Amino acid sequence: MKGETSVRAESLTRRFGNFVAVDAISFEIHSGEIWGFLGPNGAGKSTTIRMLCGVLEPSSGTAQVLGYDVARDPEAVKLRIGYMSQGSSLWNDLTVEEHLRFYAGLFDLHGAAGRKAVEEWLDRVGLTERRSELAGELPGGYRKRLALACTVLHRPEILFLDEPTSGVDPVSRREFWDLIVGFADAGTTVMVTTHYMDEAEHCNQLALIYGGRIVARGTPDELKRAPDVGVTVEILSAKNTSILDALEDVPYVLSAALYGSSLHVTVDRREDVEQLRRLLGEHGFPVDELPIVTPSLEDVFAALVRPA
Amino acid sequence: MSEPRLAIEIAGVTRRFGATVAVDRLSLTVARGEIFALVGPDGAGKTTLIRLICGALALDEGELRVDDVAVTREPQRVQAAIGYMPQRFSLYPDLSLMENLQFYAEIFGVPSRQFASRAGTLLADFALAPFGSRLAGELSGGMKQKLALACTLIHSPQTILLDEPTAGVDPVSRREFWRILYGINRGGTTLFVSTPYMDEAERAHRVAFITEGAILSCGTPEELKRNLRGDVVEVACAERGDARRALRSEPLVRSVEIFGETLHALVASAAEAIPRMQQDLLAASIADAKLREIPPSLEDAFVAGLAP
Repeated sequence: MKGETSVRAESLTRRFGNFVAVDAISFEIHSGEIWGFLGPNGAGKSTTIRMLCGVLEPSSGTAQVLGYDVARDPEAVKLRIGYMSQGSSLWNDLTVEEHLRFYAGLFDLHGAAGRKAVEEWLDRVGLTERRSELAGELPGGYRKRLALACTVLHRPEILFLDEPTSGVDPVSRREFWDLIVGFADAGTTVMVTTHYMDEAEHCNQLALIYGGRIVARGTPDELKRAPDVGVTVEILSAKNTSILDALEDVPYVLSAALYGSSLHVTVDRREDVEQLRRLLGEHGFPVDELPIVTPSLEDVFAALVRPA
Repeated sequence: MSEPRLAIEIAGVTRRFGATVAVDRLSLTVARGEIFALVGPDGAGKTTLIRLICGALALDEGELRVDDVAVTREPQRVQAAIGYMPQRFSLYPDLSLMENLQFYAEIFGVPSRQFASRAGTLLADFALAPFGSRLAGELSGGMKQKLALACTLIHSPQTILLDEPTAGVDPVSRREFWRILYGINRGGTTLFVSTPYMDEAERAHRVAFITEGAILSCGTPEELKRNLRGDVVEVACAERGDARRALRSEPLVRSVEIFGETLHALVASAAEAIPRMQQDLLAASIADAKLREIPPSLEDAFVAGLAP
């Protein structure tokens, strides 16, 4: 049922030796939701997903997936979910079609139903013409398509997709997202991680994890309006890269980045905008005004996550 | 010798794998000191082209010169002079960061007297200095990418080839990586980069779209956007999926894609199409849609180029 709780994590924690990879995080995901999990490399995203999939035991705290406790009943969880891990789980010496047939068998899709599912997914991810190629010889983007098809073939109620589109070309990324949105429309719950902030815009809910803790959550719009993401201004100048250098160590600049031909600079407070305008003048980049713009999700991400 | 010299000259290059033509009579030049981005769908031939340029793969036909040296005749001389960072760069996880650098310095014959100062400069520029003795296997994803780049640069190459260097890297690390690339480029180094990120292609001096082994179009980001035949109409509304379905059957709309939180429709004339699109949306009971013509992004140009 749409709107029911599919995932519930309470104080979920995972330690590796002295290192706390996931630090007492709590959240809920509802069925039919696309729940985006953002954060820098090493923040704890994959560790969290692996706990929810029943492949890694939590150190403390609990998580239920579709009502099953992931620590007590990991096998029941595994049967009902689809998990696309970041590392490729493909066999280099099996063909595209052999992979799909294997997964169909694994999830009890036999005979005509299995063949139908294999053909359907070959077509939907654009691999029909490459069906006889070995997975080990596929270009990176095609490997991701095959992995996605293997993950969704048995129509699981919930999908865990860990960076499904990394290395996938821009047009195929859109096709991936058409599929993901289609799954969610049909009631499937989707938990997805991505480093593409344009993809994060497709999510109904977002959580940003940093150092094992959730530091921000909400809809994409809510995150952009959060008070601690600063004030973003836009600069249009031919010398954008020089300006970027000049802003490197300015304490009140939370982030600065190029967007096509414009530069977005996020400062701490509204009062800093005038200070920034003067600073640019002193460095030989005079600007009359610095219009305040809605930050992109990438601006928000960069403001909340400071490099160590 | 005052004429601008070329870093890379590719003339009529073809490479086949069995019956597949991976690179098809492709011609391209890259000037010294340029940042050149190669963008294209999965399986378009990006990686094959980069491997041909660095002499890791023999070409079937054509002529290829790097910094005035013919790759076919003196591949070793080319390989010694350039830097090549493949998609999966080989770092030794059980060697420290410094030992990895030393290893690559030895392969490239960097004199040991020069090594210390070169390594010191790179580690300082890349903010890796505090981690010199850490094992490469224990570095975060972003740091591994930086170390791979440092290894690629250890012998001070004039031209570097980077194959999707930021795939799977988080937005903040990605920004830092590009700041480093700009710094290298300001020192005069030519950068040839393949990327699935359109915002990265926007930062390049020139961009080539590659598809099916051939160059579809090539120019500055501004030129490519100007050359887009047609207008881009942005559609902002709550139900993007429904709106997209409604607009797909409109004959005046060539393509319609989800773009962040909006839809982008490619049309021959915005003035002509907008009223018709408004009617289509109303007929589908979508009353809240806001339509306007917007300047195209590089991604729009890319999608338009691929559209049939």
